[in-house]
Amino acid sequence: MTFLLLLTVFVLAIFVGVEVINKVPPLLHTPLMSGSNAISGITVLGAIVAAGAENSTLTAILGFVAIVFAMANVVGGFMVTHRMLGMFKRKG
Amino acid sequence: MDTLAIVTALAYLVASVCFILGLKMMSSPRTAVRGNMVGAVGMLIAVLVTLLDRGIIDWWVIIAGLLVGSALGVVLAVRVKMTSMPQMVAALNGLGGGASVCVAAAAHMEELARGESIASSEIVAVAASGLIGAVTFWGSLVAYAKLEEWKSVRDPKALPGQMAINGVLLLACVALGAYLLVHPDAMWAYWALVAISSILGFTLVLPIGGADMPVVVALLNSYSGLAGAATGFILNNTALIISGALVGASGIILCQIMCKAMNRSLTNVLLGTFAGGTGPSADDVYGGKVKGASADEIAMLFDGAQRVLIVPGYGMAVAQAQHAVRDLMKIAAKKGAEVDFAIHPVAGRMPGHMNVLLAEADVPYERLKEPDEINASIDQVDVVVVIGANDVVNPLARTDPSSPIAGMPIIDVDRARNVVVIKRSLSPGFAGIPNPLFAAPNTLMYFGDGQKAVLDLVNAIKNA
Repeated sequence: MTFLLLLTVFVLAIFVGVEVINKVPPLLHTPLMSGSNAISGITVLGAIVAAGAENSTLTAILGFVAIVFAMANVVGGFMVTHRMLGMFKRKG
Repeated sequence: MDTLAIVTALAYLVASVCFILGLKMMSSPRTAVRGNMVGAVGMLIAVLVTLLDRGIIDWWVIIAGLLVGSALGVVLAVRVKMTSMPQMVAALNGLGGGASVCVAAAAHMEELARGESIASSEIVAVAASGLIGAVTFWGSLVAYAKLEEWKSVRDPKALPGQMAINGVLLLACVALGAYLLVHPDAMWAYWALVAISSILGFTLVLPIGGADMPVVVALLNSYSGLAGAATGFILNNTALIISGALVGASGIILCQIMCKAMNRSLTNVLLGTFAGGTGPSADDVYGGKVKGASADEIAMLFDGAQRVLIVPGYGMAVAQAQHAVRDLMKIAAKKGAEVDFAIHPVAGRMPGHMNVLLAEADVPYERLKEPDEINASIDQVDVVVVIGANDVVNPLARTDPSSPIAGMPIIDVDRARNVVVIKRSLSPGFAGIPNPLFAAPNTLMYFGDGQKAVLDLVNAIKNA
């Protein structure tokens, strides 16, 4: 049952995504990609739980690598998007 | 459900809403900066509440990971040049995929250690995370290397029977996934699946040519989201599932937009096949009809011009001519012309790349227009300056149904009053076909290096 609920959430979220993303103008497609990169760094949540559980050295290493990767995604993604969006000005 | 579980679930809901609102605010440059911040706040909330998890015993790994990852992110974000944004996004896509592979493995091993029975749907999700994550990681590395123009991978390399090889690799992954379903404790099957998916990541991206990179980067962007969503199914984590779905949708939409802008199907791009067509030879098209001109001659066209249109292509970025082009815009505007830029969706190396490069050079964003809007009134444009673009202004797309670019939406610059094409030579673009625009009666060819040519033109207009 949990799976079916999660699947429902997944499918509905895709529809929300399509609606929202279709309204983003081509002008901002690069910041959109770097920004969505940052959002996909949400895997860091799973990485934190996995790294902290301390089951074995291997899971700790996997957790560490996952946190580093995902956190680089989050911080790098949001920061570079901010930097880019700051360049879009109305008047030259 | 205890209080902490409720708080966590609600915090994840808030984070998901932040992501959706943040993406929604990307619909206009006026709200986009705030939108990005809203997304970042959502992420902060999600991370903070996850740190409250009672299952966390070992803090050092987490703290070290968060610090190292953040530092890496800061360095990447601060140092990257805007011309290298495609590489940056490719690298970030890859990191996302790699993180999913690791989280899926660790989560599954912890479930096994707990000794409870594991739902089949969870094992399918483990296999999916491994497959999509590894393909994304290695595929993105290849894409990165191609964008950096590393010689060994730069040119498209299609193995004979490319489709069959990919099919066999994918089948092997499915078989290993099925084995894992029956024997959940066989971790070797997971790692074998990851290894084969890694090879698949290589074979999928290697055959694809440089000009098709926008499609690949968008597709890998989508995959990185889907890998994250699959990981969410393992952990029963709605925040991961919703974010993954949003990113997955975003990548697919951008992918479709890019394919449509080239009038090619996704399969056609992924197989690296570019339909060769019959067409006139370069000599037939250009023979004696191409008119070269100097900066001074071209400067005269700008005298009394009411509307000027600049059409940049990737060649402009290669020549680092963005700032020179901005100067051209300013001097033409000073002479009383209305100056616009027509940006084709595949003009850069990733979706929207050209807009970022011009914004960086202080071109106001309301001057950056889409082809449809420009084409509607292009016959009233007095001077078009094409710089570093070729296939996207080739009228054969409209007139020759047998051309490889037939049906591709182009910018109809040939319908404008005067066209100036800044180019090093008459060499063809990615499609490998001659461009009748260069020999059209209303076209002047201005041969030279992009940056120097534009600066000379700016000076000539100034002195005219």
